Amino acid sequence: MNNVIGLIFICIGLAFDVFGCLGLVRLPDVYNRLQAATKSVTLGTCSILFGTFIIIGFTAAGLKALLCIMFLFLTMPVAAHAVARGAHRAGVKLAAESVVDKYREDKEGEI
Amino acid sequence: MKETNRIKIIRWLIGAIVLCSVIAVILIKPLPFLFYPDLPFVGFFGRALYILLLACFLCLFRIWKGPTGADRIVAVDILGIMIVGLCAILTIATKRSWYIDIGIAWALQSFICTLALSKFLEGKSFDE
Repeated sequence: MNNVIGLIFICIGLAFDVFGCLGLVRLPDVYNRLQAATKSVTLGTCSILFGTFIIIGFTAAGLKALLCIMFLFLTMPVAAHAVARGAHRAGVKLAAESVVDKYREDKEGEI
Repeated sequence: MKETNRIKIIRWLIGAIVLCSVIAVILIKPLPFLFYPDLPFVGFFGRALYILLLACFLCLFRIWKGPTGADRIVAVDILGIMIVGLCAILTIATKRSWYIDIGIAWALQSFICTLALSKFLEGKSFDE
């Protein structure tokens, strides 16, 4: 029974990973690619690790999988935020279809 | 203007057909196994590994063809996170528990690498 539940979690994670990478290829802009790929790939990889934990059980490797889930949930938003901030400061332009740019408005308001 | 629209639609269709056919071949046709055949669930994990390799090749396409440097940094980050999942699958499939140690170390290294690259990107602009 544990094996079946773990395999279902791994299937969900694989689907999220593939769709996240599809968004990384298809979307038109750095920021769109960042938000599509980071969110869905984080959820997909954490789901794969949780399925690993359910299949293996409370052993050393299973607890290391839980530790890895916690670490990914803590670090992936920080990395995505840093990349977006750096790209905006380096002057990467938004896509032609985008409507609003709040970060630039904020920076101009400060000055 | 109309011609460019038609070319866009044709490229979209070609990409969708190629992706769906690759996923169907992975799921249906028996590909060569990467593990010993007497392990449990070896068919499922072989197919899962091939699907993750397909996702990694999509990331490699973005690294190869990214217009700016930020695209390449995002793709490298995503590739690192996906390899953590691949290490987890290898842990179950081969019953060797040191693969998950490689996964944890890879996640740490990928986080620090992304932070350093974004700091470098913030300092100077190397797009185009």
